[in-house]
Amino acid sequence: MKRIYLDNNATTPQAPEVTEAMRPFFEEHFANPASTHREGQKVRHRLEAARARVAELIEASPEEIVFTSGGTESINLAILGAARKRPDGHIVTTAIEHAAGLEAVRRFEEEGGTATYVRSRSSGDIDPQAVIDAIRPDTVLVSVMHSNNETGVLQPIEPLARECNRRTILFHTDAAQSCGKISISVRETPVDLVSLAAHKFYGPKGVGALYIRKGIDLLPQMFGGGQQGSRRSGTEATALAVGMGRACELARSAPGSYLERIAPLRDRLERGLVAAYPGATVNGSNALRLPNTSSVRFPGIRGEEMVISLDLQGIAVSPGAACSSGAHRPSHVLIGMGLGADLARSSVRFSLGLYSLPEEIDRVLQVIPEITAGLRGMGNRMSTAAGKEGDRA
Amino acid sequence: MTARVAVAMSGGVDSSVAAAILKRKGLDVVGLTMRLWGSSRPENSKRCCGDRDLADARAVAGHLDIPFYVLDFQEEFQREVVRPFALAYLQGRTPSPCILCNREVKFGRLQSLAEQLGATFLATGHYARVDREGEGERVRLRRGIDSGKDQSYFLFNLDQRQLRSLMLPIGDRTKAEVRRLAEEWELPVAAKEESQDLCFVSEGGYRAVIDQVVPGAGGKCGEIVDSGGRVLGTHDGIERFTVGQRRGLGISTEEPMYVISLQPERNRVVVGLRRETRRSGLVAEGVNWISFSRPPDSIEVTAKIRSRHPGAAARVRGGEGDRVHVEFREPQTGIAPGQAVVFYDGEEVLGGGWIRSSC
Repeated sequence: MKRIYLDNNATTPQAPEVTEAMRPFFEEHFANPASTHREGQKVRHRLEAARARVAELIEASPEEIVFTSGGTESINLAILGAARKRPDGHIVTTAIEHAAGLEAVRRFEEEGGTATYVRSRSSGDIDPQAVIDAIRPDTVLVSVMHSNNETGVLQPIEPLARECNRRTILFHTDAAQSCGKISISVRETPVDLVSLAAHKFYGPKGVGALYIRKGIDLLPQMFGGGQQGSRRSGTEATALAVGMGRACELARSAPGSYLERIAPLRDRLERGLVAAYPGATVNGSNALRLPNTSSVRFPGIRGEEMVISLDLQGIAVSPGAACSSGAHRPSHVLIGMGLGADLARSSVRFSLGLYSLPEEIDRVLQVIPEITAGLRGMGNRMSTAAGKEGDRA
Repeated sequence: MTARVAVAMSGGVDSSVAAAILKRKGLDVVGLTMRLWGSSRPENSKRCCGDRDLADARAVAGHLDIPFYVLDFQEEFQREVVRPFALAYLQGRTPSPCILCNREVKFGRLQSLAEQLGATFLATGHYARVDREGEGERVRLRRGIDSGKDQSYFLFNLDQRQLRSLMLPIGDRTKAEVRRLAEEWELPVAAKEESQDLCFVSEGGYRAVIDQVVPGAGGKCGEIVDSGGRVLGTHDGIERFTVGQRRGLGISTEEPMYVISLQPERNRVVVGLRRETRRSGLVAEGVNWISFSRPPDSIEVTAKIRSRHPGAAARVRGGEGDRVHVEFREPQTGIAPGQAVVFYDGEEVLGGGWIRSSC
C-alpha cells in the first residue's frame, strides 16, 4: 500500500526541481567558490544567485543572508552571536521555543548571562506585553519563534519587532517552521535576525540561512577562512545552498498554495478527528496557526502509541517534535499551555505538505476510529490490572 | 496475510536472534523496545536496556529490515517494579523484580499494545518453551532446552491468555547455538556480552534505589539477635539483609552465622547456625497454576525457591484462597519471603507462587 506522509513539520520531501538544480554541483560544478580560477568563478556565481533567491523570499538583500548548516546553526549564531557581545547581559525568550533556541539561551546563562523565559497563554501564543514587560536595561536580545513547530501557533512577531526596534534591542525570530508556508517580509516587519531551514520547505537537509539586518555585527561562532564576510567561516556547501535557493524560488512562485489548498484539507482532517473520538481537541485552536499543522489530543490514549499504530497502517505522523532517544517526555510546549502531563502525552501532530492529497486525509479518517477505540480500551485494562496487583512484591 | 509478531527486543543477543528466526520464517515481524529507566546514568555494559542497548536493538531491527519502535514505559516500570522492589526490602522481604516486570510490563502493557498493533503473537528471547499442542486445551510452559540457561522460573506468573499469544523462538536452542546463529546471520550484536545485573540498579547498588523511592526510610539501626532473642550486635537497616545471607553481618561468633529471618515490625535481624536456616516447608500466596484449570488438592512437584536453586522434591497442598503449603522432602536453606517458588513436573512448569513465610 502507498504510504501517507503527514509529518512535514519534521521535514518535507525534497522537491524534484530542487534535486535537479543540485545535481550539477555534485558533478561539473565541484569547484570551491572562493577560488580564483574559472571553475571557482562559475560556482561562485551560482552560489550568489542562490543567496539572492533566499533573500527574495523574505524581501531582504543578498548580503544580509548567511548560509549555515541548518536551522540549529542559524539559531545558535543569532542568539550567541548577539548575546556573547555582552557576556553579563540578559536575553528575553519564550518557554515554547525549539530546543535549538532554548539550549543556546541556556548555554548563555551557563556562561554568566541571564535570561527570562516568557510562558505562552493557554491558547498557545505568547502575550506580546509579557515579553515587553520582561525587557530590562541590560537586555541584549529578544528571541521569539515565528510559529511553533508542535502546535503551529503563530506568535506576535510584528508588535515585538516594532517595540524592540524602537528600543534598539536586537530581535531574533526562529522562522524555520514558517518559512515557505506563510509570507515573511523583513521589509514590513523590522526584525533584525531571522533563522531559516531549507528542509522544512522542500529543500535539502543540512543547509539553512540566517538573515542579519544590514549594519548588525554579530560575534562569529565559527572561525576559519573568513568566508561569507567572516560571519560564518567554512567553504560553502554549494550544492545544498543552491538547493535551498531553488526551494525559495519555488515557494515564492506559488505563495498561496498552503492557504488555498492545504488549509482546507487540514481543516477537514481536524473536523474528522474531533468527530471520531470523544474528547479529541485541537491544541491551539483558538489562536492563529500555520495552515498545515494540526496538534490534536486524544484523552486516554498515548500519543506515541497512536503514532506506532498509524505507522503500521501506512501513515506517518509524530507525537510532537521529532525525538531520537525514545524517551517521550511530555511536550514542554503543551505543558506550557497548561495541559497536564497525561493530556500533553495524548497529543499527536499531523502536519500536511504541498504533496498531501484529499484521499490521504480520507484514509486517515477511515482508520482513526478503530485505532483510537483499541488504544483507549487498552489504557483501561492496564489501569484495572495495576490497581489489583499494586500491593504485591 | 502473514501473521504479525511483535518481538520484545532488549538489544541483547537472545532477543535479537529470536527476532531473526521469526523474520526468516517469513512472518511480519515488528520490533518493540521498552525504555524502562532514564538515560542519564553512566553506561555499564553488564546492565540491560541502557542507551547502548537501545541503539543495538535499533541496529538489529535495521539489519533485519523490520519496523522498530521504542516505548517509554518508565512510569509503569517505576510504579509496578521499582517501587514494589524497594518496599519489599524495607518490609524484610527479598523481591523478584524481573518476574514482576514480566507480568506487569512485558506481558502487561507491552502485550496489550502488541495486540492493538495487530500482532497475533508477542515473542521474547527467554529460554523456555510454550507448548500449545499438548493434551487438553491448556497451553503449557516448559523449561528451555539449555538447562544452564533455563528462564522458565521467571514466567510462572503468566495466565493462559498471555501464554496463548506467546512465542519463545530460542527456547529449543542452546545459548551456544544462539550465539552461532547471531554470528552466522551477522547480527550487529553477535559478540555482545551477557547482561547480568538488574537493569535499574546502578553503581549505588539497590540501597540507592530504595533511598530514591522512599527517601530516608532505609538505614534504620536495629538489633541482630539469635533465635533465642539474645542480642549479638546491631545492624544499620534490615533492607541490607536476605534470608540465608552469611557475609556482612558484622558480628563475631565461633561458628559462621546466617540470617534465618527478618522481623520488620521489630526491625530485627535474626541469625543462627547453618542448621537453623533449614526449613521443611513454606507458605506461598498469589499462586498461579499454568497446567491446571482447578488447583490440585495435593501434588508432588520439584520446587525451585529462587532462580538459581536446583529444585527440591516437595508436596504442594492447597490452602485458603490462592495460598498453598509446600512441604519439602529434605529441609531447604535460604527460603526468602518475597521470592517466587515455582513448581515443576520434570520439564513442565506446573505453576508457582510468592513465598510468604517458611515453616
